[in-house]
Amino acid sequence: MVASITNLGRSGLYDWVIQRLTAVILAVYTLFLLGFVIAHPDLQYSDWQGLFSCTAMKIASLLALISICAHGWVGMWTIATDYIKPTGIRFLFLLVTAAFVFVYLVWGIDILWGA
Amino acid sequence: MLVSIYRYNPEADEAPYMQDYEISIPAGKDLMVLDVLNLVKEQDSSVSYRRSCREGVCGSDGMNINGKNGLACITPISEATKGKNDKLVLRPLPGMPVIRDLVIDMGLFYKQYESIKPYLNNNTPAPAIERLQSPEERAKLDGLYECILCACCSTSCPSFWWNPEKFVGPAGLLQAYRFLADTRDTSTEERLAELDDPFSVFRCRGIMNCVNVCPKGLNPTRAIGHIRGMLLQREI
Repeated sequence: MVASITNLGRSGLYDWVIQRLTAVILAVYTLFLLGFVIAHPDLQYSDWQGLFSCTAMKIASLLALISICAHGWVGMWTIATDYIKPTGIRFLFLLVTAAFVFVYLVWGIDILWGA
Repeated sequence: MLVSIYRYNPEADEAPYMQDYEISIPAGKDLMVLDVLNLVKEQDSSVSYRRSCREGVCGSDGMNINGKNGLACITPISEATKGKNDKLVLRPLPGMPVIRDLVIDMGLFYKQYESIKPYLNNNTPAPAIERLQSPEERAKLDGLYECILCACCSTSCPSFWWNPEKFVGPAGLLQAYRFLADTRDTSTEERLAELDDPFSVFRCRGIMNCVNVCPKGLNPTRAIGHIRGMLLQREI
């Protein structure tokens, strides 16, 4: 058993399941957006705004946003622990990553649900 | 035939280097890479490599042959040079400390193998004769028990290169599943609990280099998938 406190969940299994689950969510969300763009060849700002102002889409977008944050953290954590061997630099890298993830999350929620 | 061999003697050399040898192959013969190495050794007795059974059973002569890990004794030169020019490049298995020339220090590899407790644990009273298995139960061990621990798979795995102290590696995990799948073993729960961290099993990213190089044709990636499945079932 190898101990770790910086990964997302309490176990490797948890991280693994989260990464696969969020990947599916992101794939479905991306395919939907792609389908929407293809279905509206002459896409106007009003169509786009209409789509994102409906509550179901807001919920889906928030789900996708949380998913990308979790997915990104698991992935970046894996890259950091593979390639960055000096503990200090790795900690700094993870700190910066965490800051970005947090800012994107709050900023994204503000865009979706803010005034 | 031109044979280029990785040379390094830590007592004499400052850095490793490649040394070329011109070897004449008997006409009409397809030698094994190990035979070629023996011919090199006749020319230059200082070339070092491990070998023992010379028939793919002991797993001593695992090395990097023209960029792909394999056993020198069962790799014909025709196969090793296929699609390339007629040159044989031999290097030690990648990612491990080199003791000399093609001889590597397998310490970490064995440490990881030891960590998965590669022996049967059974806390029930021993029967009078032996613990029996049905043919179906025994069949579960096929494709697992054949591993000869040559380290070709683990040393071709980037996850093992980057974290050899934390990631068990394909060879160790194949054996971990061999004992998880064995109906005579009663410590499944303890074994799984040991593997549930983010490194031991889950550092595998499924790139299947291990499957590509295994000289025995085994599939560690599938075994790792089975371990993940068992871990998942245990927690849902």
